[in-house]
Amino acid sequence: MDSFWTGYPGVTIITAGEVLAVVVPLLIAVAYLTYFERKVLALSQLRKGPNVVGPFGLLQPFADGLKLLIKETVIPSGANRLVFIVAPLVTFTLSLVAWAVIPFGARAVIANINVGILYLFAISSLGVYGIILAGWASNSRYAFLGALRSAAQMVSYEVAIGFVLVTVLLCAGSLNLGKIVEAQRTVWFVVPLLPMAVVFFISGLAETNRAPFDIVEGESELVAGYFVEYSAMAFALFYLGEYANMILISAMTSVLFFGGWLAPFGVPPFTWVPGWIWFFAKIAVLAFVFLWVRATFPRFRYDQLMRLGWKVFLPFSLFYLVLTAGVLTATGWATAR
Amino acid sequence: MIVQTVLFYIFSLAAVGAGAAVVAARNPVHSVLFLILAFFNTAALFVLIGAEFLAMILVIVYVGAVAVLFLFVVMMLDIDFRELRSGFVRYLPIGAFVGMILLAELIFIAVSWAVPVTIVGAVAPAGATAISNTRALGDILYTRYLFAFQAAGLILLVAMIGAIVLTLRRRADTRKQSIATQIARTRAQSVEVVKVPVGEKV
Repeated sequence: MDSFWTGYPGVTIITAGEVLAVVVPLLIAVAYLTYFERKVLALSQLRKGPNVVGPFGLLQPFADGLKLLIKETVIPSGANRLVFIVAPLVTFTLSLVAWAVIPFGARAVIANINVGILYLFAISSLGVYGIILAGWASNSRYAFLGALRSAAQMVSYEVAIGFVLVTVLLCAGSLNLGKIVEAQRTVWFVVPLLPMAVVFFISGLAETNRAPFDIVEGESELVAGYFVEYSAMAFALFYLGEYANMILISAMTSVLFFGGWLAPFGVPPFTWVPGWIWFFAKIAVLAFVFLWVRATFPRFRYDQLMRLGWKVFLPFSLFYLVLTAGVLTATGWATAR
Repeated sequence: MIVQTVLFYIFSLAAVGAGAAVVAARNPVHSVLFLILAFFNTAALFVLIGAEFLAMILVIVYVGAVAVLFLFVVMMLDIDFRELRSGFVRYLPIGAFVGMILLAELIFIAVSWAVPVTIVGAVAPAGATAISNTRALGDILYTRYLFAFQAAGLILLVAMIGAIVLTLRRRADTRKQSIATQIARTRAQSVEVVKVPVGEKV
């Protein structure tokens, strides 16, 4: 029986089970993140938010999902049909596959690969395709303008994210996400690398096209940007992808800077709580910051957004990278690992 | 092992097919999409031989950045497809000539290539040692090939500066925002509180 579980069929079954164990809670979390967002926005604007469907409006996400499911999928006559349908699938799939390398605990990870951090970077750099393809295939001016903006925006902020990742892996001495978390046992990276954590989170906001960087959607000028022609399930897939990406950026921030599954202090009673609960708590707090930012800041103007990415974040992260490398070399901490 | 072999044939067939479709597709946007598919399959082949670092770099650099810019340009340009195809027969000989040279080079390399004696010790088969291939690549790139690596970086830098110089133009009629002046503004310069007596002008 042991040989079965280590052979190809057994491993396939186990992996499929692990994938389900990650994806199903993730989709539920996405559904409730939309509810959470509406509640947070409502509370910060002194409203009540959804409170009709179910107790405290808790069934609202399912009502929304059901509504989107039974609506008609409209494909514009001028659209490129195949690409038009593929684009939301690409967005949604990419937002799910990134979770393969996220470590939920010391051993709780689907694929414990050597280059986990590069894999995450690769997947997040692909996110732009869903948007570009949607904008182009819709054959609509608004959608196309949104797509072009997003292409420029996401490519710009990826550069800063890349430098942040390099800084983190310099400190951790490994590209493996599990080892990066283990390297934070003495001190979380947010303490020595606080400016980089801020740069990473803000770039994450830009990368997921969230407010205040949501000029891709820009409903006051572009109606809804790249997904203006989408309806029903295709629209829902974009929506699910966007929220799954928010949770992903929160998870990445907590893995890279806030010690992933590690407790805040390595002493009881903090260590009594299981690691995955700490991890989920960190993700929840960071996801709240996403919503908090949306409720607080107005949308950036396009040229200011580009200026922030290229003239502020890029030079700063480059400087901090050199500084970190210099400190690590001078103190000999780099050679320790 | 059988699974690896099957996967190898799937990925390599898909890569070759996608490569052919890049040339054959009528719509340039579809061409770029097939190019992306070819990149992906190549990355999968890299993973199969245990070169996960190269696979990820291929996806990040080519799919994540280069192909996005290709797609960007192809979508923006107003290309007349018919005009593009019109010179097919005229340019066929020179295209075939370049293709033959590339093919000859590939065959030459495939036949004659062997691991140089000097670096045999530095290259270990994947999985044979505890050193990951990211580390092995870094070790060899920053020691033996340091100057070649730096020279490549320098050439790219020059090319980048060249592209910026060629496209940079200053227009006299545009009004630009001066961030420094704007931040340096104080309350005294911009706001004035005036008490206006009833029935009089400011």
